[in-house]
Amino acid sequence: MKIVVCIKQVPATTNVRIDPETNALIREGVESQVNPFDENAIEAALQIKDAAEEECQVIALSMGPPQAEDALRDAIAMGCDDAILLTDAAFRGADTLATSYTLAQAVRKIGDVDLIFCGKQAIDGDTAQVGPGVAEHLGLPQITFAIEINLDGKKVTARRMLEDSFEVLECRMPAVITVVKQINDPRRPKMRNVLKARKREITQWTAEDIEADPDRIGFTGSPTVVWRVFAPEGRTGGRTIEGEPEELVQALADEILEIRKGLSTA
Amino acid sequence: MALTIKEELCTVCGICVRVCPYEGVVVEEDTAVLTEKCNLCGQCVSACPVDAIVVELPKKGDVDTSLWSNVWVLAETEDGKLKNGTLELLGQGRQLAAERNCSLEGVVLGDDCEQLAKDMIAFGADKVYTVEDPVLARYRTGPFSSVIAGLINDKKPEMVLISATPQGRDLGSRLAARIGAGLTADCTGLSIWDEEPLLLQTRPAFGGNIMASILCREARPQMATVRPNVFKKPEADPSRQGETEKIEVHLDEKSAMTKILEVIREDGGEDVNLVDAQIIVSGGRGIQAPENFALIRSLADALGGAVGASRATVDAGWISATHQVGQTGKTVSPKLYIACGISGAIQHLAGMSSSDYIVAINKDPAAPIFDVANLGVVGDVFEIIPALREEITKRLAE
Repeated sequence: MKIVVCIKQVPATTNVRIDPETNALIREGVESQVNPFDENAIEAALQIKDAAEEECQVIALSMGPPQAEDALRDAIAMGCDDAILLTDAAFRGADTLATSYTLAQAVRKIGDVDLIFCGKQAIDGDTAQVGPGVAEHLGLPQITFAIEINLDGKKVTARRMLEDSFEVLECRMPAVITVVKQINDPRRPKMRNVLKARKREITQWTAEDIEADPDRIGFTGSPTVVWRVFAPEGRTGGRTIEGEPEELVQALADEILEIRKGLSTA
Repeated sequence: MALTIKEELCTVCGICVRVCPYEGVVVEEDTAVLTEKCNLCGQCVSACPVDAIVVELPKKGDVDTSLWSNVWVLAETEDGKLKNGTLELLGQGRQLAAERNCSLEGVVLGDDCEQLAKDMIAFGADKVYTVEDPVLARYRTGPFSSVIAGLINDKKPEMVLISATPQGRDLGSRLAARIGAGLTADCTGLSIWDEEPLLLQTRPAFGGNIMASILCREARPQMATVRPNVFKKPEADPSRQGETEKIEVHLDEKSAMTKILEVIREDGGEDVNLVDAQIIVSGGRGIQAPENFALIRSLADALGGAVGASRATVDAGWISATHQVGQTGKTVSPKLYIACGISGAIQHLAGMSSSDYIVAINKDPAAPIFDVANLGVVGDVFEIIPALREEITKRLAE
């Protein structure tokens, strides 16, 4: 059995700011990490490996600049058998369509993959579009927002988390599964594995290595462009009141019912 | 966009004929061939066991954008009704269509679409395409994306709007990848750009800490998933007239890729949908014990709202994960959000700070939730909430 986990290196905080002069993201001093949802994806893959009776290989895959190697080393420290970094100047400027095409090409090159895991979305872009994109480019079934997975031979069943309900889907492998945070608690790697992972050679593939169509990768292959980035209108606190509970309750009821009056369905 | 059948690879197995929703392919003696009914939905591409059918997606500059017109809204339904997010899209879509001087068209798939089409017209659609088939009774990625991809390639809408719900995000990204369109996720702003007649799509990123405006210049359609509850739901006008066009498809359950085994509703199905809710009352660690969610629920019930929760309470097992608001849970933007005993960690704020009006009740005057609250109340939730519920019930009865 072969499992690929697609991961992304993201800033360690979403508390990023914008330079008001240049409208550019301030990246200095912001550390990087594996996208938290992707840690759940890695954990989901490793749990399958731990339970597998047959041989099971888990490969972490990422597209990014050379320093995204660090994220792949973290994946290896957690227990992934191998890691591949897709890095090439031609990949730059990719939107979700070009990114998912690029990852799909790499999965093709890896070959004979049974399952592909992704986090439900990355915490920087928040799009949730890459997992289904990979599934489409590979012509595979997808199960998004999975909170529980069970394998049975060549079949996979998963419970998906929807807005106010769950849906249990079944499909045949190979398949692409994106996972939510609540599916598991990602393991913390042992220190010795972290140290070992530091010395690991990380395979690097370029656009040519994955036989990518130059028109479908990076900026060229991306239909969407960011026209501008700006700071949201800051939400500032309104009034804060203190006092006797009775007064507070009256003030709250006044305010709440006033708003409720304006609602269409209330 | 083009589809090609490689004759030398085709084994004439007939699977493509079986899976095609549009009778777009037939088999001849030595190979399958496309018919004029093929509208490039792509269903046969992944179904072909020998990869004999290849699709070539459009490249930048290939698309004659002048051939693409009209604004589309893809309907999302629940229990045989259009969801609020769809109605909001019709309202916003109406404005975009007026500015572009084109029609607003709806697309609805299901096993019984007649009333849904009428509803879409009442809420602003000029025309509705309906696709009925038992295979489409409940949303599934495979059949929905194939049918809609074919319809898009055939009718060529300029813009396609979809709710940014779990279903909409699952469908939108699959669909965009299928047809090579640009897709912007979870938009909170949609307008026609003032420099060129393009859809200007504005969305939060980094958990709402920055905003980005995104354009799709060359690919068509311009697709967006749109955050529910951001745009106003229009008033229905049952006297509005519109056209309905029934699209015939041939679907095969075997090619659906996934099977729905079970749908599990929480709380006996009584629960109000958090993403759609106009009022949310949320509990955090400050409510101290799982049984105290009854308190939160009683206030929510009195107001006709839904119950939300912070990550801490979900992690502690006090309430199910479907209630979780925040970066790892749901992003909500109700008209009124009442945070009870929630300190307001940045991850929580990411999920609710686009609410219209925020009320926070917390013992700690230094809690960060007060920095975003329109009305902050420093006090004990156990004193305030029961009394507040009583006061509200009393006043509503009057």
